[in-house]
Amino acid sequence: MPAEFRLILKHADEPGYTPDLECYLRHDGYAALKKAVALAPKTLPDGKTLRPQEQLRQEVMNSGLRGRGGAGFSCGLKWSFVDRRSGKPVYLICNADESEPGTFKDRQIIHKDPHQLLEGMILSCWANDVHLAYIYIRGEMPGGARLLNQALAEARGAGLLGKNVLGTGYDLEIYVHRGAGAYICGEETGLIESLEGRRAYPRIKPPYFPAVLGLYQCPTIVNNVETLCAVKHIALMGGAAYAKLGTPNNTGTRIVSISGHVNRPGYYEVEVGRVTLGELILDPAFGGGLRPGRKLKAVIPGGSSAKVFKAGERFKIKRKGADGKETLVELDLLNLPYDFDTLIAAGSMSGSGALIVMDDTTDIVAALANIAEFYAHESCGQCTPCREGSLWMAKALRRLTSGQGRREDAEYLAKIADNIPGGRTICAFGEACSWPVQSFVAKFKEDFVARGVADEERRAKAGAGPSTTLKLAASPQS
Amino acid sequence: MSTSTAAPPKAGPPSVESLTVKVDGRAIVVPKLSPDWQGKPAPTTMIQACEAAGVTVPHYCYHPKLPVAGNCRMCLVEFGTPALGPDRKPILNPDGTLKIAKSPRPAIACATPVSPNMEIYTTTPGVKQMREGVLEFLLINHPLDCPICDQAGECKLQEYSVEYGQAASRFAEQKVHKPKQVDLGPRLILDDERCILCSRCIRFTRDIVGDDALGFVNRGSYNTLTHYPGRPFDNNYTLNTADICPVGALTSKDFRFQMRVWFLRETPSLCTSCGTGCNLLIGSREDRIYRYVPRENEAVNGCWMCDAGRLNYGWVGRRDRLTECRMRHPKGGWQVTNWPALLAAVTEKLAQAAPGSVALIASARQTNEELYLLSRLATRLGALTDAVPRPGQADHLLVCADRNPNSTGARVMGLAATPLGANLPRILEGLRSGKVKTLVVFGEDVTALGVEPALLARLDAVIVSDILPSPTTELAHYLLPGCAHAEKRGTFTNVKGRVQKFMKAVEPRGDARPEWETLTELARGLCGLGNFGGIEGLFNQMALDIPAFEGLTWSKLGDGGANLVLPIPPQP
Ligand SMILES: Cc1cc2nc3c(=O)[nH]c(=O)nc-3n(C[C@H](O)[C@H](O)[C@H](O)COP(=O)(O)O)c2cc1C
Ligand code: SF4
Ligand code: SF4
Ligand code: SF4
Ligand code: FES
Repeated sequence: MPAEFRLILKHADEPGYTPDLECYLRHDGYAALKKAVALAPKTLPDGKTLRPQEQLRQEVMNSGLRGRGGAGFSCGLKWSFVDRRSGKPVYLICNADESEPGTFKDRQIIHKDPHQLLEGMILSCWANDVHLAYIYIRGEMPGGARLLNQALAEARGAGLLGKNVLGTGYDLEIYVHRGAGAYICGEETGLIESLEGRRAYPRIKPPYFPAVLGLYQCPTIVNNVETLCAVKHIALMGGAAYAKLGTPNNTGTRIVSISGHVNRPGYYEVEVGRVTLGELILDPAFGGGLRPGRKLKAVIPGGSSAKVFKAGERFKIKRKGADGKETLVELDLLNLPYDFDTLIAAGSMSGSGALIVMDDTTDIVAALANIAEFYAHESCGQCTPCREGSLWMAKALRRLTSGQGRREDAEYLAKIADNIPGGRTICAFGEACSWPVQSFVAKFKEDFVARGVADEERRAKAGAGPSTTLKLAASPQS
Repeated sequence: MSTSTAAPPKAGPPSVESLTVKVDGRAIVVPKLSPDWQGKPAPTTMIQACEAAGVTVPHYCYHPKLPVAGNCRMCLVEFGTPALGPDRKPILNPDGTLKIAKSPRPAIACATPVSPNMEIYTTTPGVKQMREGVLEFLLINHPLDCPICDQAGECKLQEYSVEYGQAASRFAEQKVHKPKQVDLGPRLILDDERCILCSRCIRFTRDIVGDDALGFVNRGSYNTLTHYPGRPFDNNYTLNTADICPVGALTSKDFRFQMRVWFLRETPSLCTSCGTGCNLLIGSREDRIYRYVPRENEAVNGCWMCDAGRLNYGWVGRRDRLTECRMRHPKGGWQVTNWPALLAAVTEKLAQAAPGSVALIASARQTNEELYLLSRLATRLGALTDAVPRPGQADHLLVCADRNPNSTGARVMGLAATPLGANLPRILEGLRSGKVKTLVVFGEDVTALGVEPALLARLDAVIVSDILPSPTTELAHYLLPGCAHAEKRGTFTNVKGRVQKFMKAVEPRGDARPEWETLTELARGLCGLGNFGGIEGLFNQMALDIPAFEGLTWSKLGDGGANLVLPIPPQP
């Protein structure tokens, strides 16, 4: 029986669980921090000694924790890239900008258990010798910002933050910074620019890798809210134990946001790779199935920027067995284990862990138009392919959803989209805006062509000119 | 105007670490470090390596003198690096060469450093497609109003579209409309629809001028360049943004609609408005000057010049220019004459002057050659001499406090005192006491220095050469019409001691002739100097005579000039 595995959200929804320090402490809060700072230096067989901080970094490496913000990059590895010899301070930023459509997990933590995030952050800061950290929270979450500020004040009052944390001599300050309402502020280098007070124009990499030239040109760690919370559990249970949760290379738990045409939309914490897409959609423990009489049409598995899956798709995927041998397995969409590697192998990604389910009542052209509109609105406009391509695609889709389609529009859209991703842009927004178009148009081509053909025929009947003399859809200026 | 060739990494001394890369199959050795936009050593980039290999990488946002932005994506290239085995050692091909692993992702050449044995590919189908893609994207919202655009002819969008673009656009939607003919400030008009959002103007203004006055507002394809709200874009360097704008978005109000650029003849010249001596190109057609644009010179002005200097050319074409040789009748009134008669009269007059009775006030706006000849004359006549200072305020970038273009030249020739003008009171005293009976003035209005008209009227002879009328030219006994720098050749020495030459862009007006020619004839008559064989010979003779110019020749000056061999102590 598939079931939730609540590690991070263990207490969040318990009756009577409140976001204050007192409640958190009653639930063993800050035990992980106390445990970590009490560690003794460890002497290795080769005679080197590991500081307690290094030991925690090692545990995180051993845990196999992968970032929960979208890219699924190894957290331990990211930390290991930090330039610790620069003589400059190292900063840590918690990315709480959660804006990927379909994603609503970080806000659960922030609203219901802010101290867990703080504990994870304090641990991560301590492990990386960070003395100043920021929580960059999405502008549209004022309540969350307020709660976090309250939690910070409580933590300061309790000696968990500020000068001389828990009497260890370690100083740490954390500030909350509110964004001003742009999706691109979630991209880590855009976030850093925004935090520095400028337009959130993502930075070019090279040279501005955050681990070397991040905030104020200093080495900087950017981690997602959920990632930082996982650090608390790794500190508590040890990296090896954490790595036993989930599946190899896809360790731990993940909070999956399920939305769309399911009976039980919501957030569910699961062991990574231990439940399938089908279970997440259909099982009563999770999405609870489609509404009566509906059939599945499409699933976006990792937030709106992930490539869409079509109902009935089958995949040939290489999987590593317990013995380390690779075998090729054929899997049906609904049998795909929900983890990082499988979804990448199936041509999409688990991204921010947001499942968007569409049943057979969905107008797939309109669904894509909606997504494209979002990305055209949110492109920062810094680099050419994304700036121009995102709006071009949105305009074409506006046309297709307003009776002005052409039969060649599917191809037309695909060609626009093909010129955007693959490293042509400054940041991964280029992929985010083009992947949906590429995948929708490729997998549901018949829907797009049918729409164009129908429009052309209707216009021909009405005596409108050929498809080239279009009455163009108006383009509202944002 | 967009002069933006990538700075090729300079071949440094042999101790400089270098590495080998291949550009389109050709191996080339480049230094590990090359100058960045500020001239500081930084890892050599792909675009610099390509430049060194003679391969042009098209680019819009990159400018060698601005911080890298990496936003246009026109410079995307493909590349590969040595493949590494599990032991992190390079894998070799069967023939012993390094196996190269092609990167699955392209890189922007303007920002990506090269690494040893990297291979850069600029001609692959992938690169071609990326360039076509970027150009198509840039053009979909572009108004395509080349026929009425001032940039036409020097527009990178036009150029690259022809070279790297596709024949037809697939765009079937409505274009984004943005503000047109925006009055950005006193000297610039902005057409936001033409702007390709490369941010060059923003970076120049923020990072070079230090004025955070320009920026983008709105988001995505609606991004719009604008100036700080409520404050016109007005610093002394705004027009440089029109130069570096790769398209016709920023245009100079002064030059707008005046002339198609392909009709303009470009002549290398210098700015005469201060002692910095910014290098420039004069754009002229049929003896009319239409614009100045900066000419790159690393040792002087980089790629820039100030607005005041750039716009200071109108006087050359003024209607009231002095164009006639004139002598005053002994009984009063003017007599128009010709050069032979005028020079004969002046020569005779000066030959008669008693030693010690002549004063010579020169202008530090004259060329080294002219000042040299004047100094020879002054020695022959035993004249008291000086030049007139033009003090102003220096700024943090180019403008210097000395508003004369050639104070250094005047001092080096021994004509001017240090500081300039220190001798003027003595000359004035000589005039007042009657000791000075003959006054020679080149290019200055001495009435502005306190020489009263009545004083001039008392003198034996007032010999004046100038370009524009002034109270002094009105009172001259002999008036020698001279040339603007744009009408002659010559050299100036800037405040830092750099000798730079300028060329003739337009013909002199009427009977006006270059002062160095006039002076050559006077010096022949009075000092027995021979014919120099043109400006080159005159310069070379000067270099032989004046120690500070030792070793210099006209041809050695090249386009960028050369430093004086003797250090010139700055003026206090
Ligand atoms: C366009 C774009 C938007 C993003 N938005 C978010 C976001 O809202 N929250 C987030 O945690 N990461 C976001 N990311 C990912 C971040 O850049 C970064 O990878 C992440 O915060 C790293 O944290 P992690 O390693 O813990 O996942 C976004 C990335 C892109 C390209
Ligand atoms: S890819 Fe899009 S969002 Fe990212 S920098 Fe370029 S324009 Fe901005
Ligand atoms: S106005 Fe010109 S220089 Fe400025 S951003 Fe636009 S295209 Fe670039
Ligand atoms: S800085 Fe001086 S030399 Fe340069 S353009 Fe301005 S006035 Fe002319
Ligand atoms: S020139 Fe390299 S991105 Fe513009």
